[in-house]
Amino acid sequence: MPNMRADKNPMPMQDPEERIRNFGEVTLGYGNEAAIDEAQRCLHCKNAPCMEGCPVNVPIPEFIERVKAGDADGAYAIIRTQNTLPAVCGRVCPQETQCESRCVRGIKGESVAIGRLERWAADHASEKAGVSAPAVRNGKRAAVVGSGPASLTCAGELAAAGWDVTVYEALHTPGGVLMYGIPEFRLPKELVRKEIGKVEALGVKIETNTVVGRTVDVDELLEDADAVFLGSGAGLPNFQRIPGESLCGVYSANEFLTRINLMKAYTFPRYDTPIRTDGHAVIIGGGNVAMDAARCARRMGAEVTVVYRRSMQEMPARREEIEHAAEEGVEFRLLTNPTEIIGDENGFVKAIRCIRMELGEPDERGRRRPVPVPGSEEDIPAGTVIVAIGNSPNPLLRKTTADLPADERGRIIADENGRTAKKNVYAGGDAVTGAATVILAMGAGKRAAKAIMEDHP
Amino acid sequence: MYRITRRKALNDDVTLMEIEAPRVAAKARPGQFIIFRIDEEGERIPLTIAGTDPEKGTVTIVFQKVGYTTRKLDTLRENDCLSDFVGPLGEPSRTEGIRHAAVIGGGLGVAIAWPQAKALHDAGIETELIVGFRNEGLIILRDELADACGRLTVMTDDGSNGRRGFVTDALRERLEAGADFDTVIAIGPLPMMKAVCELTRPYGIRTIVSMNPVMIDGTGMCGGCRLTVGGETKFACVDGPDFDGHLVDFDEAIARGRMFRPQEREAMEKKHICNLTGEVR
Repeated sequence: MPNMRADKNPMPMQDPEERIRNFGEVTLGYGNEAAIDEAQRCLHCKNAPCMEGCPVNVPIPEFIERVKAGDADGAYAIIRTQNTLPAVCGRVCPQETQCESRCVRGIKGESVAIGRLERWAADHASEKAGVSAPAVRNGKRAAVVGSGPASLTCAGELAAAGWDVTVYEALHTPGGVLMYGIPEFRLPKELVRKEIGKVEALGVKIETNTVVGRTVDVDELLEDADAVFLGSGAGLPNFQRIPGESLCGVYSANEFLTRINLMKAYTFPRYDTPIRTDGHAVIIGGGNVAMDAARCARRMGAEVTVVYRRSMQEMPARREEIEHAAEEGVEFRLLTNPTEIIGDENGFVKAIRCIRMELGEPDERGRRRPVPVPGSEEDIPAGTVIVAIGNSPNPLLRKTTADLPADERGRIIADENGRTAKKNVYAGGDAVTGAATVILAMGAGKRAAKAIMEDHP
Repeated sequence: MYRITRRKALNDDVTLMEIEAPRVAAKARPGQFIIFRIDEEGERIPLTIAGTDPEKGTVTIVFQKVGYTTRKLDTLRENDCLSDFVGPLGEPSRTEGIRHAAVIGGGLGVAIAWPQAKALHDAGIETELIVGFRNEGLIILRDELADACGRLTVMTDDGSNGRRGFVTDALRERLEAGADFDTVIAIGPLPMMKAVCELTRPYGIRTIVSMNPVMIDGTGMCGGCRLTVGGETKFACVDGPDFDGHLVDFDEAIARGRMFRPQEREAMEKKHICNLTGEVR
C-alpha cells in the first residue's frame, strides 16, 4: 500500500540565522528514512504523467521504485540513462512546474517530492554508480563548444553512443553556469565536479582555456569533426542603460557571481580574487539570478534589498528561492524601478534612484506591463548595486563563424532538434533560446545529440 | 599547465616571460591579449601580448610588479608553470590605411608599443616611436626600440637620460614642427593616454588607445571591463582593447581602476611574498 499522507516529507535545512554566515548548502537532503518514506507516496501510475513534465524523460516511477528499496545506486543508474546530471537537476530543476506539477498526488495534497528523491539518489550513489564502460568507438568525432548543461548532456549522449567527443571551455574550469553562476549554497561545486567526472569517464575529453572563436574557430573544428555542437549559453550581461551604471560598486550579476562562485572571492584573501559589498546592496531584477546575487551579498555581510519593477506575482524566480531569500533577511521593494545610480565624488555608488510603478495592460506574454508613477522618485542608499536583469547570448561565435544565422536578439537560429542552417553545426540551450533553465538546456543538448546521430549514421 | 620557457628582468620592476602556449602563439595578432592564472587560488589577470614565436609555440608577456599577483608571477622561474593561460582575446589592432604613424609608449606600455611599432615599421610604414620612463634606470628594450622605427625619442620624467619631460612634450614638439601623422597609437597608463588624446584632438589626428581594465573572463561574460566610448557602453574584452581615444571617457576609466584598491592593499599586507625566497606566507 502506498503511503497516503498528503504532505511531502519536509526538507531538512540550515537555520537562516546560521546559513547567512556560511556558503554551505542550505537544504541538507533527505536521509534514508525520509527518502524511503517519500518514495512510498508514489502511486506508480501506469501512464506516468510526471514523465511528460520532464524535458529529458527521466523514468520517474522506475527510479522511485529503487528508492523505495533503499537502492541509491540502482535509482541513480536509472536516472542516468536519461539525465547526465542527476545531482544538479535534483537541486536546481523547477520541479514544481515540471514533473511534480503533473503528479497525481498533487491533486489532493502535495505531489511526491520527485526532485528531492532524485537528489537523494545522486547524493547516496557510490562513485561507480551509473558509469558504464565507454561504448565501442564508432570512429565519428564531435566537437562541443562550451561545457555547461546543454554541452555536457550532448557530449555525454554522443560519447555513450561511441562518438569521440572533445568539449572546449573558455574558462579554466568546466561546468559553465553550474560553476560560475549558481552559488555553492544551492549547488555544491564538488558535486558538479563529480558529475562532470562521470561524463569524462564515458571518454569525453574536456579542453579548458579554449575560447572558440578566438583560440580556434568553428570552421577549424569542422575540419576535424563530423559535427559541432554550440552550447555556449547566454553569458553576455544586459544593463539597463541608466546613468551611473559604470560607477565603482556596480556589478553585473555575472561579475558578482563569477567572482564569488568561480573565483571563490568569498574566501579572500585565501583566494586572490577580491570582491566588495559595501554597506547596503541593492539587486535589480526578480529572476533566479537576482535571488542568487541577493543571497550571496547577504552572506558577504551586506544588508540586501531586491528592487523589482513588477509585483511578487510576476517575479520569474522560483518560489523556493524567493522564500529562502526572504528568510535570510533580504528585503523586497516591488513595483519599483531604478532610473539612475548616484555616485560620490570618488566615483563610488552612494544611492540608487527609483521610481514607483503600477501595473497596466498585459504585455505579449500576458504579464501586466509596469508603468511609472510620475513624481514618485525616491533615493535608496546603496554601496553596492548588482544588475540582474538578464543575459544575452555571447556574440563571439556568430561574429567569427561564417554562415551561422542568428536572430535580432543574437540568439543562434536552430530548429527544435538543434539543426542550424550551417552544415554539420548544431546548437542548443541558452545560446538558442536566450536565458532559460538548466534542464531545458539539457533537453536541447539531448535532442541535438539525437539529431547528430541521425544525420551521421 | 603552461611552462615558462624564458624569464628576463628588464628592470627592477618589469619582467619579460615567454610562455609555452602553441595555440595562442599560432593565432595571436598585435593588439590582442591573454589572461593568466598562476594557480588554483589565483586571480585571472589580463596582459596584452608583447610578441609571439609560432614556431617555438611561445607567447611573450611583459609585466610590472604592481599588485599581489604580478609580484607573485615575478617569483616564478624558467620551467615553472602557470595553471592557466588563455587567448588570444580581444580584437586585433587595425592598421590598414596607416601611412605615417607615431607610436607612443609609457612605462610598461612600451613593451606593447614596441611590437606594434615594429609591425608597422616592418610593413614599410613610416613609424616614429616616442617612449617615456620615470628615469633612465627604468628604460627597457633600448636596442629593440631603435630597430622598430624610423625615429626614436626616449623621454624621462627626471631628465636622467638627457631628455627631460613627458611623452606628450615630445609629441607636441613633433606636431608643432609639422609632422604629418595620420595615426597616433598610445599605450600606457590611463593619464598618459588621456593626455595624448587631448594633445592630438585639436589636430584631428586619429588616435588609438589600448585599454586594460579589470576583467575576469575576457570573453564578454562579466562586464567588469565596461567603459564608455562615444556615450555607449563597450566591453574592452570583446569590443576592444583598442578604441578611438578621442571617444573614450578616461575619467570614468580612471575611477573604475580604483575599485579594488583597498582589497589589493589587503592582499599585499596579508599575503607576504618573501623578497629573498619568493615564498608566499
